[in-house]
Amino acid sequence: MSGHNESILREPLITGDNITYAKITDDILGPVENKPNKAWWIGFIVASLGALLWVVAVSYTFWNGIGAWGLNKTVGWAWDITGFVWWVGIGHAGTLISAVLLLFRQNWRNSINRSAEAMTIFAVICAATYVVSHMGRPWLAYWVLPLPNQFGSLWVNFNSPLVWDMFAISTYFSVSLLFWYTGLLPDIATIRDRAVGTRRKIYSIFSFGWSGSVKTWQRFEAVSLILAGISTPLVLSVHTIVSMDFATSVIPGWHTTIFPPYFVAGAIFSGFAMVLTLLLVARKVLGLENYITMFHIESMNKIIILTGSIVGVAYLTEFFIAWYSGSEYEQYAFINRSTGPYWWSYWMMMTCNVISPQLLWFKKIRLSIKATWILSIVVNVGMWFERFVIIVTSLHRDYIPSSWAMFYPTWVDISVFVGSIGLFFTLFLLFLRVLPSIAIAEVKLLLKTASEQAKMKQIKEGHENKEYVAEYVESLEKFDSVKQEDYAKI
Amino acid sequence: MSDIKYILGSFGDPDEMMHGIEKLQENNISIFDVYTPMPIHGIEAKLGIKRSRIDIAAFCFGITGTCAAFALIYFCAVIDWKVNIGGKPSFALPDFIPIMFELTVLFCAFGMVLTYYASTHLFPGRAPRVMDLRATDDRFVIAVDAKDNIEHTVIDGLLKDAGALEVKYNERKYISYE
Repeated sequence: MSGHNESILREPLITGDNITYAKITDDILGPVENKPNKAWWIGFIVASLGALLWVVAVSYTFWNGIGAWGLNKTVGWAWDITGFVWWVGIGHAGTLISAVLLLFRQNWRNSINRSAEAMTIFAVICAATYVVSHMGRPWLAYWVLPLPNQFGSLWVNFNSPLVWDMFAISTYFSVSLLFWYTGLLPDIATIRDRAVGTRRKIYSIFSFGWSGSVKTWQRFEAVSLILAGISTPLVLSVHTIVSMDFATSVIPGWHTTIFPPYFVAGAIFSGFAMVLTLLLVARKVLGLENYITMFHIESMNKIIILTGSIVGVAYLTEFFIAWYSGSEYEQYAFINRSTGPYWWSYWMMMTCNVISPQLLWFKKIRLSIKATWILSIVVNVGMWFERFVIIVTSLHRDYIPSSWAMFYPTWVDISVFVGSIGLFFTLFLLFLRVLPSIAIAEVKLLLKTASEQAKMKQIKEGHENKEYVAEYVESLEKFDSVKQEDYAKI
Repeated sequence: MSDIKYILGSFGDPDEMMHGIEKLQENNISIFDVYTPMPIHGIEAKLGIKRSRIDIAAFCFGITGTCAAFALIYFCAVIDWKVNIGGKPSFALPDFIPIMFELTVLFCAFGMVLTYYASTHLFPGRAPRVMDLRATDDRFVIAVDAKDNIEHTVIDGLLKDAGALEVKYNERKYISYE
């Protein structure tokens, strides 16, 4: 494994000079093994109040039906589906980081995959609750399953993208959970073997009796790789099918073949933004600067520029195709989006998703934690508006001008959305307390090859090309966790 | 010395541990197992462990999922209850593909992971069989069966020469049962 050194030209993935295997365990398990600090409690109280609001709003919806929302006969889909697509999209970055980056052997994924996967699970939970409450009669949710029933076995309509979506989302959720939990086993075993008493007993049950023997690890790696291989097309298929909920309809503005790739790019875009929103704070509060370094942040920012630009190209292509199609309904839908009564939401989407992420081309902005954090929030706002624009502005002016309408959310709409954010953060904060936020075993793999101290040792041995060393030292300038004076001596 | 069941060489560095394995093998001392806090690449070849066949299982489960999905949809939509949608054919294969794909992934993932759990004896609540509690933290542990390899001083010496920080003599196989 460490028979050869990694090229000095690559930035280190673990910084700090006295990192040992034991220190990695201590640093990462700090928040799990100690009492939470004030910042955590404040965050948790605020988030759980949000979650409480969610419980109230969803219960109110269940009790009164979806008439509690601001829907009308023209706009039959609004904040609910906007919220659903937004959350599913956010979830996609977790799978992308854990699966696609594993297939591409991007080692920097090792320190961010665990919390990104956790984020996936929680985001999909939030998304799923929208689907269930949108059904109107959630106690009949099992009707979406192809079950033999008392109505003479009339099956579900397998030609409907909504049925495909049910299969896609439930597969996605359960496979993500499986992938995440299997990856967690060795880390839960680490907590187990360090704990005493009841704590040990609890973690022992959840560790499935992990021992870390050779065969367990060998098969573990095979399983992880295959799971990554099947999760990659899975994540693409899920958002493709979500987009087909729209694209297979005949509504102008929805009926486009560009939707699947455009939705997938948007999903990755918003997901990475959410990963940054969470990790920039977690890194600081939990003191994980040595593991989630500026290199990680910069890499994620680069993915945001790429996917943001793909989304931008998709917006423009949609517009062009609407004009080129010669279909006046299609053309009107797009003119109405950008200049109609919802012009502000269209331009909000354009600014937040296409224009502001371009600021990340500047190295200074890409490497500023504050700017990155603000931009990550901006992207998430923009992506929410994207879904709102697609859904509400395509519906609100239908074929008969007499039925044209606007959508006004009620307090229930707003509470379900705000509450779902509360629910998401509650789950994430609880996760930080009970499970390691970084994959301990995977980070340990990097220690002997890709850490700053390993590279320092390489430089000190003196066999490295001087130019390469100079380039390497220069690349370290962006790190906030590296002491520059150590390199001045060499 | 007869109460000793396992001799454990506890290393602080994976490369030194690999060196320890070589040393033991050169002296014809069989290794029971190795416990590490992270996967060690190349160790399977050294210990003569065959390539995992879990990929074959994964493929079989996946293809089962594909067939199951096709059979379900074909039965429901083509045989049992044809729905006339604008006179279009009920055997609309392109429409079957999304669900066939999803169930392929679902069957493959669950089948493979459950096979993995079964073959490595992992299940909720299983008593952990741990020889050294630090093997999940910062130690790389080689376990040698003390009954089969009786020259304990030789083993001790070899392990320490290779860089073992500690050599333990366990009188119980697994210390994690208390």
